Amino acid sequence: MLVPVTFEGAEMMLPEGANLAAALLAAGVGAFRTTPVSGAARGPYCMMGACFECLIEISGATRQACMMQVQAGLVIAKPKGRANGAG
Amino acid sequence: MEQVDLGVIGAGPAGMAAATIAATAGLSVVVLDEQPAMGGQIYRAVASGGAARTDILGKDYLEGAGLAQDLQASTARHLTEAVVWDIAPQEGGVAITYSHKGIPARIEAKRLLLATGALERPVPLPGWTLPGVMTAGAGQILLKASGMVAPRAVLAGSGPLLYLLAVQMARAGSPPLALIETQSLRDQLAAAPRLAGGIRGWRILIKGLGLLAELRRHGIRRITGARDLEVIGTGRAEGLRFSAQGRAQEIACDTVLLHQGVVPNTQASRALGLAHDWHAGQRAFVPRTDGWGESSHPGIFIAGDGAGIAGAKAAAVAGQLAGLQIACQLGALDRAARDAKAQPARKTLDAERSIRPFLEAAYPVAAQILCPADKTLVCRCEEVTAGDVRHWAGLGCKGPNQTKAFGRVGMGPCQGRYCGLTVTEILSHSHNLPHSQIGAYRIRMPLKPVTLGELSTVNAPEDAEEGHPK
Ligand SMILES: Cc1cc2nc3c(=O)[nH]c(=O)nc-3n(C[C@H](O)[C@H](O)[C@H](O)COP(=O)(O)OP(=O)(O)OC[C@H]3O[C@@H](n4cnc5c(N)ncnc54)[C@H](O)[C@@H]3O)c2cc1C
Ligand code: FES
Repeated sequence: MLVPVTFEGAEMMLPEGANLAAALLAAGVGAFRTTPVSGAARGPYCMMGACFECLIEISGATRQACMMQVQAGLVIAKPKGRANGAG
Repeated sequence: MEQVDLGVIGAGPAGMAAATIAATAGLSVVVLDEQPAMGGQIYRAVASGGAARTDILGKDYLEGAGLAQDLQASTARHLTEAVVWDIAPQEGGVAITYSHKGIPARIEAKRLLLATGALERPVPLPGWTLPGVMTAGAGQILLKASGMVAPRAVLAGSGPLLYLLAVQMARAGSPPLALIETQSLRDQLAAAPRLAGGIRGWRILIKGLGLLAELRRHGIRRITGARDLEVIGTGRAEGLRFSAQGRAQEIACDTVLLHQGVVPNTQASRALGLAHDWHAGQRAFVPRTDGWGESSHPGIFIAGDGAGIAGAKAAAVAGQLAGLQIACQLGALDRAARDAKAQPARKTLDAERSIRPFLEAAYPVAAQILCPADKTLVCRCEEVTAGDVRHWAGLGCKGPNQTKAFGRVGMGPCQGRYCGLTVTEILSHSHNLPHSQIGAYRIRMPLKPVTLGELSTVNAPEDAEEGHPK
């Protein structure tokens, strides 16, 4: 079932329960964040929770998108400032 | 607090097999894995949706289903989405701290088995940080767990996993645009004599030849002996540039999947301060273990690719050996029973390992990866280049831990998982010293970033708090 989430303010419909990073990639999101050092765009690299390139912000907490599943109503933002990956 | 005989970290083939055999012998066993389902990397999602994709993933994938069923039928408890972030040796065993959906908990175990598998070897080449560039393993995870094929992809690097992935993508209806391989015919010829010792690994070879034939049937273009690989693009991957057959070439694409083999994930074994040795063939550090998988710390075992790369079949039987020895140490099996059950496992392990020297020589790590150009980023998190590390080496920086003080290299959220080996290689080259002498990053708990809330809830040991940036 497709459920609504927002990414950087834009609403999109993603399959419920799917891997969040995979679902965002499939929806055409390439850059998940920008780096705190140079501001370069980054997206998922390992898909197994090891590289921390897929960091996103959900309700103020930084999470690894590749280790999460899609749920209705997720409000996702690109992390700002130093990446910390708390999750 | 929950107490068990055996705590297993990782539910891949090694962890599944170890937990099953130990539980069958009568031990209380808990398996923790951060993934939502058992299977590990190779058999990811095998017990859920993934098994339906067997046509695409191949027959081997089904072997994982057997391991998963055995574990489910045993008395071992499998905790999913359990991220282990602290392991503390204590009197009579270890305390394992993990978080499940952000809620921390702790388990005490008399014995610990690390079955945390492998990581893709870092592939530092120009453009490897652009969105759209992923590891081959990541491409495969998308396929296994999400049934998704990376669009307009070029596969680049070296190793049999590239062939497997290319074939799986083709079967799924989206073959890669091309396979750009860094190993040369010369490497393959030089590797041939090592086959003598690998006769028992023929099965693996024949499977490899079958994959190559299938690649040809699908009409997938292969170029070998490629050098000077570079991903080009502004803001995202737009193409792969390389030189081969004596000329510069370029392929436009949206995705680049990189691979230079896999290396043991030594994050937990390093954080525990276990002894490691440099493995010249695998070009990686490998934890020191005895014939049962017991590490330099009595009671802490390691099995599977985390103890040295040998593949999924080897991982499962190495898991069995560790499980048997642990059951024996805790009095659930006598030596005669242990040895009788161990015999077939050892035979398989030897056979699986015997092919490795051939594979290591036939698919060597590319020179440009071992010795990246100065401008290439090596630390993705802190954006440190190979030139920076060489510069610090020139200033007298001797070891990986010292580089952290020079420029935060290895101190980002990935804790050096994707730069550690590169930094060791560069320093070894700069100082002309063996890798064993250069050493590796010191790793500290927590193994994964945790919030202050999680730390305080479980009242973690003090040293956990100085881990890495929170
Ligand atoms: C991405 C990837 C894809 C691969 N695909 C193939 C393939 O198709 N064919 C093949 O022959 N080989 C493949 N390999 C090689 C493969 O790793 C091994 O052959 C096999 O999976 C090793 O089994 P294992 O039990 O040692 O570890 P794995 O199967 O890797 O299992 C390790 C498990 O430990 C868990 N884990 C690690 N750290 C923690 C932690 N801190 N807390 C909780 N859980 C943790 C992981 O989630 C994982 O499930 C792949 C490797 C990688 C990295
Ligand atoms: S993509 Fe590497 S941690 Fe998520």
